[in-house]
Amino acid sequence: MWDYTDKVKELFKNPRNVGEIENPDAVGEVGSIICGDALRLTLRIDKKTEKITEAKFKTFGCASAIASSSALTEMIKGMTVEQAAKITNQDIADYLGGLPEEKMHCSVMGMEALEVAIANYRGAPAKKTMVGQERIVCKCFSVTDQKIIRAIKENNLKTVEEVTHYTKAGGGCGKCKPEIQKLLNEFWDKEETKIIQHQEAPQKKKVTNLERISLIKETMEREIRPQLKADGGDVELIDVDRNKVYVKFLGVCLGCPAAGVTLKELVEAKLKEFIDAEIIVEEVK
Amino acid sequence: MTKVIYLDNNATTAVALEVFEAMKPFLTEEYGNPSSMHTFGGKIRKNIDASRQAVCDLLGANDPSEIIFTSCGTESDNTAIIGTLRSYPEKKHIITTKVEHPAVLSLARYLETQGYRLTYLDVDEGGMLDLNELKSAIDNDTVLISIMHANNETGVIFPIEEIAEIARMRNIAFHTDAVQSVGKIPFKLNQIPIDILSLSGHKLHAPKGIGALYVRKGTKFSPFLIGGHQELNRRGGTENVASIVGLGVACELAKRNLEDENTRVRKLRDKLENAIVEKISNVRVNGNKNSRLPNTSNIGFEFIEGESILLKLDEKGIAASSGSACTSGSLMPSHVLRAMGIPFTFIQGSIRFSLSCYNKEEEIDQVIEWLPAIIKNLRDISPFTNKKS
Repeated sequence: MWDYTDKVKELFKNPRNVGEIENPDAVGEVGSIICGDALRLTLRIDKKTEKITEAKFKTFGCASAIASSSALTEMIKGMTVEQAAKITNQDIADYLGGLPEEKMHCSVMGMEALEVAIANYRGAPAKKTMVGQERIVCKCFSVTDQKIIRAIKENNLKTVEEVTHYTKAGGGCGKCKPEIQKLLNEFWDKEETKIIQHQEAPQKKKVTNLERISLIKETMEREIRPQLKADGGDVELIDVDRNKVYVKFLGVCLGCPAAGVTLKELVEAKLKEFIDAEIIVEEVK
Repeated sequence: MTKVIYLDNNATTAVALEVFEAMKPFLTEEYGNPSSMHTFGGKIRKNIDASRQAVCDLLGANDPSEIIFTSCGTESDNTAIIGTLRSYPEKKHIITTKVEHPAVLSLARYLETQGYRLTYLDVDEGGMLDLNELKSAIDNDTVLISIMHANNETGVIFPIEEIAEIARMRNIAFHTDAVQSVGKIPFKLNQIPIDILSLSGHKLHAPKGIGALYVRKGTKFSPFLIGGHQELNRRGGTENVASIVGLGVACELAKRNLEDENTRVRKLRDKLENAIVEKISNVRVNGNKNSRLPNTSNIGFEFIEGESILLKLDEKGIAASSGSACTSGSLMPSHVLRAMGIPFTFIQGSIRFSLSCYNKEEEIDQVIEWLPAIIKNLRDISPFTNKKS
């Protein structure tokens, strides 16, 4: 027994906009009896304003499929084609007050029928056809890789089971499950790189002054002072003011004519390398 | 909600009032353990013995010691299959059918991953087996034939007498899952060489959580639940006394009701089925009518989907079930109807009505009155009907 919301029950019991518009301006047909659900959406569209003035549906399927179809027609009436094109399956599910996870594919079917209808209005066939690079992943329910990737992206899906709930892919013989997992991996790997790349830049800016100072100290101790000491010299950190680092030479460095070069070529260069390219080192006498 | 018209008796049945009354003392004052030395517990042994006798009588078995109590039909099936395999560890081939209950089918799929070779016999459009296919599937490595007696979805009855003879001739153990048939049709196990048979209490008006296994004397058997000495060392675990008593009473009732089941209930089923076929277009009865349980009718309504039909029936207080994808718990519709090669247009809209001796003629008349409008309503919504009719 499914835990349907009152809205789903109501629209199943008294569906709105059942039927077919005669001589429609757009038709969208998705699904089949074998798949277990099918929807035929017909629209009347005002050519001047591009407003959807009438929407009707005929659905073969369970209560949530009928309710999703009815919800869709209610939602798009009065919208322009452009506005309707932005409707997602989640919008349909939200309109219904939610759908059981296993029934989310019903909302996806609604969205798809609408897309096919809009494409049909613009001259494409009333039945969805495969485009160039699409490839069937789930043979039982004829689900393409593009549909799966899109569902993953738009609904933030993380597991094969979730993909099945939203697209039906993998819900038949189950042979395509490894392939769905591969699509999930590929998608999320890409997203992760994007996130990392996105995060890396601001991360440097997030370094606090305290962290910055201790990084400078650490770099001086590890990379700079040992080199100077080897030549009998030394350097001391005096102060840090944003990008400016003030140091004082000690030992043989004091009064050394090459001190200016050392300052830039060693001290500043090392701090730039390890901490921040914008650091400028100045000598305090 | 108005009173329910319950036509889903292959899913589960009402606990008979007599059964409930008989169980009560064992859930209250008579709580002793039948294995105890003291009288308070030990005396309960005789109640268990009486139940064992009642199960034995309903099955027409030779001896009550051939009955083992279990927790459910699934445990009985698992015990029968695993127990037999353990008894013949050197053999690795099992024969079953494509239309078994998941209690057998899922286990069979699992066994395939454990080094066993499985043959799944086909069925024809009426859901019947070809026994020649069974005969030719048998080889020297075959350890077990497990074939159900009556199908839970269609009610189709397999000829277990002939299958048992075939198994006997080749000296192979034969198990039958008779969960749906026990209590609905007569049994004479003393005349049929079935080795192991599973049954479940809640399909014959006993409570859920009790089942039984018949193991013919002389059949090689190893326990599945390994534990105490209960059930003559064949099934560990303290006896579920109240439910065992309940099952015993349910078996006595079933024996008495067999005639009613096969006359009055059969007539009601036929009345419902004939009226549907007559009043509603584009329907088909799934399953061979000449070899079927008296209480079951599986009907496909073309161009509409089962869950929708069930929910519309539910609004009217009618309880039934469906083999459609949406109700099967998976996205694929019934494996039974698919194995029969029923067209998808009918499978998705298949409804199973299963009656019991508690159904009244008024209830059936009510369903006959309401159903055509429900089907029409859904067909009006369906995109497929226009094109066809």
